[in-house]
Amino acid sequence: MLAIFDYHAGNQTSVRRALDHLGIESRITSDPELLDRAEGIIFPGVGAAGQAMEELTSCGLDEVLKALIWQEKPLLGICVGCQILLDYSQENNTKALSIIPGECRLFNPSWTDEDNRPIRVPHMGWNSVQLKRDCVLFQGLEPGSEFYFVHSYYPAPPEEFVIGTTTYGRPFCSVHGRPGLWAVQFHPEKSGAPGLRILSNFHAYCREASDAQ
Amino acid sequence: MLSKRIIPCLDVRDGKLTKGVRFKGNVDIGDPVETARMYYEQGADEIVFYDITASAEGRGIFLDVVEKVASTIFIPFSVGGGIGSVEDMRAVLLAGAEKVSVNSGAVKNPDIISQGAAAFGSQCVVLGMDVKRVEKSEAVPSGFEVVIHGGRKHMGLDALDWAKTGEALGAGEICLNSIDADGTKDGYDLELTRLISRKVRIPVIASGGAGNPGHMAEAFVKGGASAALIASIVHYGEYSIARIKQEISEQGVKMRMVW
Repeated sequence: MLAIFDYHAGNQTSVRRALDHLGIESRITSDPELLDRAEGIIFPGVGAAGQAMEELTSCGLDEVLKALIWQEKPLLGICVGCQILLDYSQENNTKALSIIPGECRLFNPSWTDEDNRPIRVPHMGWNSVQLKRDCVLFQGLEPGSEFYFVHSYYPAPPEEFVIGTTTYGRPFCSVHGRPGLWAVQFHPEKSGAPGLRILSNFHAYCREASDAQ
Repeated sequence: MLSKRIIPCLDVRDGKLTKGVRFKGNVDIGDPVETARMYYEQGADEIVFYDITASAEGRGIFLDVVEKVASTIFIPFSVGGGIGSVEDMRAVLLAGAEKVSVNSGAVKNPDIISQGAAAFGSQCVVLGMDVKRVEKSEAVPSGFEVVIHGGRKHMGLDALDWAKTGEALGAGEICLNSIDADGTKDGYDLELTRLISRKVRIPVIASGGAGNPGHMAEAFVKGGASAALIASIVHYGEYSIARIKQEISEQGVKMRMVW
């Protein structure tokens, strides 16, 4: 069973529908006991970083999440969930979870696209990911696969945490983390077959990790 | 590099597609869920649903359709038609839509844009605009006027001013429909598309007039659109979405070709 971390700032139901479609059992929950029993955690998020952090900290859920990561429970952060794993976000000047070092920055509107026009913000639509290192989440994906993005801020962790980059005006980090703790800026639950594959790869990893324990 | 998007638009009344949609195979003609599934499988980048239901009962059926669509396709989709309040927006977003499109409701009450953006985020709020060419005047200096009720009612509102106002109020995207081009199959109104897309920083979806993939390529390259809305060109089986994307891609426009 995968737990979808519930903190009133997420697209929990879209993630839930995608997992249902894949036949993966899931629970939308913030109950520490259920979270502990889960094979892995999906940490979604939409909206603003400031509000997401407020929702988390006001009920002590930030500590619950950190404890799970300390126990090496596999985790997949999505969108704002990916951003607030870092130290800080420029959005609402937000102190974030500091699980992975780095900060989240606003796209610079002076960056230009391939036609030499200023980029539009938010970065909205389908874009590809160039992997900088192997990642089990991307196993079995067809070359040229694209993912659905919608965001105005992008994660900027140190080089050693960058798993994949995407180009919008300039390359930015779109996948970061380390084995067992991943964060994707795009929405796998809204990225068609390639996105669903990422969710099933994550589930397969969680299964194996849980069986090994 | 960001791909340009191809977005089929489905009109729904009382839970059924309004236009007869002719397909081969065993697709249930008129079923919005099955049609959405087919377009999803053909590589649509997003789907738009317009609810043209008047009754409260039809509205309920429509929300059921939205829920079913959300469990069937795993790409973003938006819902428009009859959205007049934040509560209307909440209902379709809770049913599983990513975005909600406001049109005449926003003309009558612009605050709905800022209220929606504050409650759900700008990325959820699409400003739909129906626009007609008119004589340039003091009220409409661009020569493009915002109309409502399918073009029957002129609002004395300049399209460029309204687009900028919508952006300032927090709309995340503009769906720009030319009433003059709609249904002609002669191509999008490129002058209108370019005028708006150059002056706002949010993505613009070109709408109205698509007759072939070349028209969509023009909307991207000459019009500066981020996405192209299509309807009859695919509903009547003239083109599949896959073929449209292939042809546009051959013209050097970046399309999402793997799905």
